[in-house]
Amino acid sequence: MNAVFCIAGAVALVTTALAITRANAVHALLYFVVSLIAMAVIFFTLGAPFAAALEVIVYAGAIVVLFLFVVMMLSLDRAAATRETSWMAKPVWILPLLLAAGLGFVLAHAFLSGAGGVTSVQTVTPQAVGLRLFTVDLGAVELASMLLLAGLIGAFHLGRKP
Amino acid sequence: MIAWGYPATLAAALFLLGLIGLLARRGLVFVLMSIEIMLNATGLLFITAGMRWANPDGQVMLIFVLNLAGAELALGLILLLRLRARNKTLDGDSAILLRDSP
Repeated sequence: MNAVFCIAGAVALVTTALAITRANAVHALLYFVVSLIAMAVIFFTLGAPFAAALEVIVYAGAIVVLFLFVVMMLSLDRAAATRETSWMAKPVWILPLLLAAGLGFVLAHAFLSGAGGVTSVQTVTPQAVGLRLFTVDLGAVELASMLLLAGLIGAFHLGRKP
Repeated sequence: MIAWGYPATLAAALFLLGLIGLLARRGLVFVLMSIEIMLNATGLLFITAGMRWANPDGQVMLIFVLNLAGAELALGLILLLRLRARNKTLDGDSAILLRDSP
């Protein structure tokens, strides 16, 4: 068994369990983003570096930031500044930080110790993914673009002033 | 070589956690987050299958899952904002106007 996979999987399970049990949405998002980064490490050990990069960019980057925008918009009414400082005043960020540091340590150790990198499986390169995506699955890409357009129009329509 | 059963089990466990969150929480932010967790677990299963057969199709499917998650989340968050503007709460159980009056 790959030690990197074991540790990243344990971190993903723990942070996901913590994320769905927090009372505070910002704290839950903090654990959720660590869970997504652990998932990216797992993708890397499974020989999918392109998927790992996408996980960090799209999920941990775009989707969590979208969540944060909405959570911050929701808290504009009451004394938002004092609440936000109180959210992070308690050392609630220490556990996510430690878990993320553990992930970083495992990955750095695996890279620095050499031995052919962290992947012991056959890596599927981004070239292979792109070749498949834009030849065989071209129709599905068009459908995905239509889905995104529908999401855009729907969000614009629902977001207008009534 | 990682046996493919381990990541598949992990995907099942994460999906279960997301399902528990979806059923147990009523705050709409947590409901949406649980849906994202479940979609993410599905993506892990696709990647696992891609590793098992050394096939790029797993990552291609992950890209489509990400696409779906983005579109779903944009609409879900807009609906959340509209619900809060209307009912002054994020409780999903407050949207019961379609229910028959007792």
